[in-house]
Amino acid sequence: MILAALPYWESTIIRVVLVLAAVLLPAGTFVYVFLFKMMSFMQSRLGPMEAGPYGSLQLLAEVGKSLQKEDIFPERADRTLFALAPYIVVGSVLLVYVVIPFGPDAWFANLDTGIFYALAVSSLSVIGILVAGWASANKYSLMGGLRAAGQLIAYELPMVLAVVGVVIQAGSLNLIQIVNSQANGSIFGFGALGNPFILTQFVAFGLFLMAAQAELSQAPFDMPVAESELVSGYMTEYSGMRFLLFFIGEFASAGAFAALAATLFLGGWWLPGLDLNANYMNVIGPIVVLTKMMLVAFLIFWFRFTYPRFREDQLQTLAWKYLIPISLANIMVTAVLKVVF
Amino acid sequence: MIAQNIAFGILAASSVLAAIRMVTTKNVVHAALYLVVVLGSVAANYILLAAEFVAVVQLLVYIGAIVVLFLFGVMLTRAKLGHEGELDNDQRGLAAVTALLILGILGYVLVDYFGDDKLPQLNRTHEQLNATRGTGAVGNAIFSTYLIPFEVVSVLLLAALVGAIVLARRD
Repeated sequence: MILAALPYWESTIIRVVLVLAAVLLPAGTFVYVFLFKMMSFMQSRLGPMEAGPYGSLQLLAEVGKSLQKEDIFPERADRTLFALAPYIVVGSVLLVYVVIPFGPDAWFANLDTGIFYALAVSSLSVIGILVAGWASANKYSLMGGLRAAGQLIAYELPMVLAVVGVVIQAGSLNLIQIVNSQANGSIFGFGALGNPFILTQFVAFGLFLMAAQAELSQAPFDMPVAESELVSGYMTEYSGMRFLLFFIGEFASAGAFAALAATLFLGGWWLPGLDLNANYMNVIGPIVVLTKMMLVAFLIFWFRFTYPRFREDQLQTLAWKYLIPISLANIMVTAVLKVVF
Repeated sequence: MIAQNIAFGILAASSVLAAIRMVTTKNVVHAALYLVVVLGSVAANYILLAAEFVAVVQLLVYIGAIVVLFLFGVMLTRAKLGHEGELDNDQRGLAAVTALLILGILGYVLVDYFGDDKLPQLNRTHEQLNATRGTGAVGNAIFSTYLIPFEVVSVLLLAALVGAIVLARRD
């Protein structure tokens, strides 16, 4: 690998720049393709058409608009924490991308604890959201922050438990190992397709997507930012650049969960018929991962634009009474089958 | 080892400073956030000790769950912005005695056991370290050697959960 030949600090700087690219590119693509265009088509309208051909520069226009806006602090807000909160949210998302492998050598960090680390750092964003809600000195913001915290804690459990099924089957927490075992696996002796875990862990895939939807606080799980009740929850008082940071955080974490789902269930950078560890996979791998991310993100946003909002008690009931028992049953069945076969 | 020593120095200083600010700050939410810094420094110390799994558990359990529940509880009940006057109570003496006792016991145990011993210089590769101290080794140890203590702790946690529900629902 080229990066390994460089001194530690140089390769670290290159990796940091690449992580930023890996966060911002999919986030921007999601906003344009899904939020601007797909949602518009589903609602029988065109969406942005003015900025650039077919509205393709709308995103740049939005960023420019946000940069010009005044950075408003509410009078009674806790200024330091109010300013800090968006950075906690974005930082936790950036940390998730660090472990996602894009090819046999194209990874940022090859951690022994891989997926466990990703789930741990993604849970840090709750602190940023709670702090944002509290520091705004606004009742709507505080209610939004509290709802978000309750929801994120509740749905973290089915997400972790759904991943356990995959980990049992792969026999490793390391994401590169998980991709390897999908590429080298076989179902009842038929190994031409490998064993993308979506085939054997389809229950876990469904649970993971539902939990990811709730972790993103998107419709149908958007109680924390419910416009008709809370203005926009913990983001109510934010404007300009800091609002934009929350927005980037939201779509970048949609990308992070899509990339995790692509790695855990769809075989990561590997495609049937391609050599898993060949050198060319370092170039093709990122494209494959991005394509799979787009597929998963399409599902996530399809749900978002289709279903109406849950009530708060229904939302908690779904997590604690249905998703968690189902994921526990999935772990049991997976463990038994792992021993039997 | 110089890099590790510098990193340890920074982590130790930040955790001590944050711990002092945590007990002296006049705002409950700020105190909880200083606690995040303390716990984060401890997690980073685990990484310095090459205990990656323990570090991630520290992040997930203490920062991701326990501090979030602290914040949640504080914000639901009493979370004024700005300074709060009546955060202190009259148990400073007792707290000082307890803290000194814990410091004395921990210090005595460490000095008594290790004395002037130096840590052996390990020249093992990443793979060799992982085989003996990595996540797999931790998992194997928990589910073979320490199976019974592990299960006892799980039952204890379950009992605490049931107790909390009984206290919360008086009907």
